[in-house]
Amino acid sequence: MNKILTGKAFVYGNNIDTDQIYPGRYLELVKPEDIARHCLEGADPTFVENMSPGDIVVGGTNFGCGSSREHAVITLKTAGVSVVLAESFARIFFRNAINLALPLMVCPGISKKVKTGDILEVNLEEGLVLNKTTGETIVGEKISEYVMNILESGGIKPLFKKKTQEIYR
Amino acid sequence: MHAIEKILARAAGKESVKAGEIVNCKIDFAEINDLYLQTVYSFFEMGGKKVWDKDKVAFVFDHYAPAPTIKTAQIHKEMRQFAKEQGLTHHFDINAGVCHQVLVEAGLVWPGMILIATDSHTTTHGAFGAFGTGVGATDMATALISGELWFRVPEVIKIEINGQLQPGVYAKDVILHILGKLKADAAVYKAIEFSGSFVENLDVADRMTICNMAVEMGAKTAYMKPNNKVIEYLKKRINREFIIDETDPDYEYSEVYTFDISNLSPQLAVPHSVDNVYPIEKVEKVKIDQAFIGSCTGGRLEDFEAAYKVLKGKKIHPDTRLVIIPASTEVLQRGMELGYIQGLIEAGATLATPGCGPCLGTHEGLLADGEVCITSTNRNFPGRMGSTKAMIYLASPACVAASALKGEITDPRDILKEVNKNE
Repeated sequence: MNKILTGKAFVYGNNIDTDQIYPGRYLELVKPEDIARHCLEGADPTFVENMSPGDIVVGGTNFGCGSSREHAVITLKTAGVSVVLAESFARIFFRNAINLALPLMVCPGISKKVKTGDILEVNLEEGLVLNKTTGETIVGEKISEYVMNILESGGIKPLFKKKTQEIYR
Repeated sequence: MHAIEKILARAAGKESVKAGEIVNCKIDFAEINDLYLQTVYSFFEMGGKKVWDKDKVAFVFDHYAPAPTIKTAQIHKEMRQFAKEQGLTHHFDINAGVCHQVLVEAGLVWPGMILIATDSHTTTHGAFGAFGTGVGATDMATALISGELWFRVPEVIKIEINGQLQPGVYAKDVILHILGKLKADAAVYKAIEFSGSFVENLDVADRMTICNMAVEMGAKTAYMKPNNKVIEYLKKRINREFIIDETDPDYEYSEVYTFDISNLSPQLAVPHSVDNVYPIEKVEKVKIDQAFIGSCTGGRLEDFEAAYKVLKGKKIHPDTRLVIIPASTEVLQRGMELGYIQGLIEAGATLATPGCGPCLGTHEGLLADGEVCITSTNRNFPGRMGSTKAMIYLASPACVAASALKGEITDPRDILKEVNKNE
């Protein structure tokens, strides 16, 4: 897994809920490529056409609040978002993202230090974000070893497979 | 320790736990709703063959009941097949209702248990002193295989609610008021305990409404110490021993808030966030296109009783439609026996069968561009009930009914005053 990620920032406000990330009316879709088409549609209907794979979503506090839908993570991941940076994350969204290997980083104050279109370089291991457009370095929270292990394994599924074998032994 | 910590410690086989610690807990019941076929896929992707305990896993078909599209019919079909192959003891098909109501009525919720469900509103079960929390599909799949799940032991926020409500003001108004004051991110990663004289005397339905919306502050779980009303309710539903945990007197809460609700007015969350809350006196009398009474927040018998009191013998405004969806078949049947449902239909309501209905924008009464809806449900995010250009106001069932009657946002106290005068 690449631990230094560079991409263009798309900045949103506080409380970006899962209905804005992935509206409920598309929950019946199952194929990842179909799910990717509606990424962030509720918050920004032009996001999918404007973003390129590797780009970075930035939020304020409580990013991913609301429903427990895993589609909210699947849509960000399959649309090609490399990492989500926010001041805080809602807990179910946080767990879902780690389980599906979408990196997240908590970065106090970031939604005010970055503008949409800025180029960011995110160092997951150091917990640092360099805003290449402004030159400012933003200090985030380092990703814990426990979480990094899941991310590096490609999510919880490959890790848990081993446990399943032990359970059925 | 807090009662919540005692529940987690017991399930983890530990003497004690403390906030911040990661614990692996045995699950007492796991429920999957019909949005999350991914749970079944993830189960097989991780090598799952048999669920860990066929008595402790159930599907509830509520978000798409009955199936509105071919794709959702396919979801139900694959879930039914899985439930059958696994020999699950409990199964709740399209004739049951919303999971949080159905599980309680079926006697599958009790104090001191750990309940996980693929639904964020699983905090509802704190009303019974249970540890209920929402999980995603893949987390759920790991629990179906192992019977366990890891949790970070949460800090606990104490919200003490004292006083008595005025007529025409309800538990829904109380939780909206608290949300408006503390905001949507007040309890991210934390648990909320509701206590105080108001909570000690509260009925089961009202306790459920308040705990249900704890998740709108980001809470991992909610907790109310079970009172006599809860014990009486459970006696009729379950036939098992349970433990009521006591919080130790020296437990330190991360925060404490106190509310006196004696002079509270009806409250509304106005577009487009749950914490954008105002007393009704400060809300413009907006014209209403649709009113909705239903969901795990506001679709219980008491909610239809409150709406019936407002609308009995009257007709809703000709430019407004009123959709009513009981939270369960039991609520529907009792509501019919007591005449509430007939009374609401006579007033002009449209009845749909038990389930989540339009609350999350999948079917049964979606909103068009520019339409305004007042609803007894839990979220008013943009696009939640259909068009992102629709406006959603959250309120108590009585306020929803009063607004349907007048065709604009209306204080239920004004209608109830007239009702009481005439009786």
